[in-house]
Amino acid sequence: MMAFRAMLLRELRLALRGGGDMLTLVLFFVITGAIVPFAVGPDRELLARIAPGVVWIAAFLAMLLGLDRLFRPDHEDGSLILLRQAELPLSAVVAAKLIVHWAVSALPLIVASPFVAMLLAMDVATFWRTLLSLLMGTPALAAFGAVGAAVTVSIRRGGLIAPILIAPLSIPVLIFGTGSITASQSGAALLFLAALSLMATALAPFAAALAISSGED
Amino acid sequence: MTPRQVFSPLSMRATGLVCGRGGMALTQQLTVSVASGQCLLLRGPNGSGKTTLLLTLAGVIAPLAGAYVLEGADTEVPNLHYCGHRNAIKPRLSVLENLQFWRAANGATGEPTAAALEEVGLAALASLDAGYLSAGQTRRLALARLLVSHRPLWLLDEPTAALDVEGHDLVTRLLDRHLDMGGLAIAATHDPITLPDPARMETLVLGARIAGAPS
Amino acid sequence: MSMETTPKQSWWNRIAHPGQFVAWTRPLLWPLSILTALLFVAGLWFAFFNSPADYQMGDTVRIMYVHVPNAWLSQFVYAVMSVSALGTLVWRHPMADVSMKAAAPLGAMFTALALFTGALWGRPTWGTFWEWDGRMTSTLVLLFIYLGIVALWRAFDDQLRAARVIAVFTLVGAVNIPIIKFSVDWWSTLHQPASVFRADGPRMPGSILTPLFVMFFAFTFLFLVLHLKAMHTEVKRRRVMTLQRRAAQGAGA
Repeated sequence: MMAFRAMLLRELRLALRGGGDMLTLVLFFVITGAIVPFAVGPDRELLARIAPGVVWIAAFLAMLLGLDRLFRPDHEDGSLILLRQAELPLSAVVAAKLIVHWAVSALPLIVASPFVAMLLAMDVATFWRTLLSLLMGTPALAAFGAVGAAVTVSIRRGGLIAPILIAPLSIPVLIFGTGSITASQSGAALLFLAALSLMATALAPFAAALAISSGED
Repeated sequence: MTPRQVFSPLSMRATGLVCGRGGMALTQQLTVSVASGQCLLLRGPNGSGKTTLLLTLAGVIAPLAGAYVLEGADTEVPNLHYCGHRNAIKPRLSVLENLQFWRAANGATGEPTAAALEEVGLAALASLDAGYLSAGQTRRLALARLLVSHRPLWLLDEPTAALDVEGHDLVTRLLDRHLDMGGLAIAATHDPITLPDPARMETLVLGARIAGAPS
Repeated sequence: MSMETTPKQSWWNRIAHPGQFVAWTRPLLWPLSILTALLFVAGLWFAFFNSPADYQMGDTVRIMYVHVPNAWLSQFVYAVMSVSALGTLVWRHPMADVSMKAAAPLGAMFTALALFTGALWGRPTWGTFWEWDGRMTSTLVLLFIYLGIVALWRAFDDQLRAARVIAVFTLVGAVNIPIIKFSVDWWSTLHQPASVFRADGPRMPGSILTPLFVMFFAFTFLFLVLHLKAMHTEVKRRRVMTLQRRAAQGAGA
């Protein structure tokens, strides 16, 4: 437990002192949402109809952006090799990183989502459902992202390939995420989303740890 | 001063070990054994596979052939310290925070962080961001990692790199004390390291070329 | 403390295994290819001359005899890749790596063919090249997964190390594909209450089943032949790379 707490603390410190990453991600999220009206026109009815989908896509893209700092810095300075020798199993290391990654990447987005909702003419009831779906679904996005980042960590410029690998896996999250906002069976969709998040966050640390140790040095 | 035996008697034994990367063999077939209280120095030109051998013994790279085992060790717990070319020090964390993390992650079985920093000569810089350290100071911080958690096997890759004469003496001192405690070490080095008791040291020279060339 | 160094031999042991595989399976290639060709001839004859035209769709229904086997193959090849991935991770079998790598582009090709023939079928029948129905959408996502895996293979420098990492990803994909299918089906019933596209009809009289089965076998054997050939090529490619590297090592002073 001591080691796990130390890992959490280290990741948190590194993320917060990392030089404004959080702000960049939030800005990217808001800007992505904001440029949609320029592309599709400012018709409020149209915007309100596509708003849940746009919010989810913007969140997905913003979380992809933040993925490279999950494993790559540790891979490059040799920490990953040493972490494999730690008392903590590698899957616990990944779990700690995942928790902090979600806290640092997804929570700020969720806090900033009212702005995007407002820009896209979303009504209040829809917004609360959007907030809930983001809370339930972003852990799954983070988990799949971690697997993609772990698989590509030993590739030079692997950050280019990771989104391609993660996107198909994230399709169910997008489907149930938007489905829990607008669909007629939104309750069922929310449950599926929660189940998906639980399963993904439970299994991703093991898959990612296996990918990292298979990738060797 | 009687040495305090911290580690139970162990021996690292490699039989028929061939190390390589990408399917390419970088070393010849090696059969080596190192016992408690002894240090094996790896010498050889660049590209002779010293780093690959250390990484293989650390369990990071799978061997191409052969096997190695740390006899007498409890395989459930991590038994080795690997100290490679890269120092794994985070520039944005302070010196103390860096070391405290590794002490917690590797097990608080060794010296307290303050004492370890004192030992490597970084006590005055404890609250400084590690990014401000020089190359030599960063190397010393990496060495401090070996002190805060006691593990029997040390795998060192160019431990004296970027270190001045004092730093070189530090490495020798730390190595000597480690062997006193019953530990064992395998170190790849360009610099000659001479321990006070030369009987503890053996040298293995790895050849430069594999195909048909004399080693 | 004792040490000895002896000249290495184990590298050749490693090569011997893939070599044995190639030597053992090479005699199979020609008979399998001939069998595949025969199956295609028989299947196409049945498809064009011995099966009924659909009363609604006319002759274009015959595309089904190509589309359906391809769709099935796209999933079968992923199953082959998943089993190979297990072989790599659990048993560290050297030929499992090669099998996985050879199967990926083939899987992508059959999936793309399934989508292409599906589009060809859709255009005259329903007026559009593409419908976002559950089955075609799942196939599209599968194509993306295949192409991602192909891109992964190309991105790694060290192909041996790549195999184990890609095996992990393949298995993660295998676990997710049923989830993706389920979510896509749910999504398509949400947005299109009437399912438009049924790749196989509700009832299949014998005269449709015969050509369908023959074409199934024909395409499956086609995959087997191509897979085997691709594995041989991969083994040779790795041998060439090794020889080149050894030449470079020996030549450099």
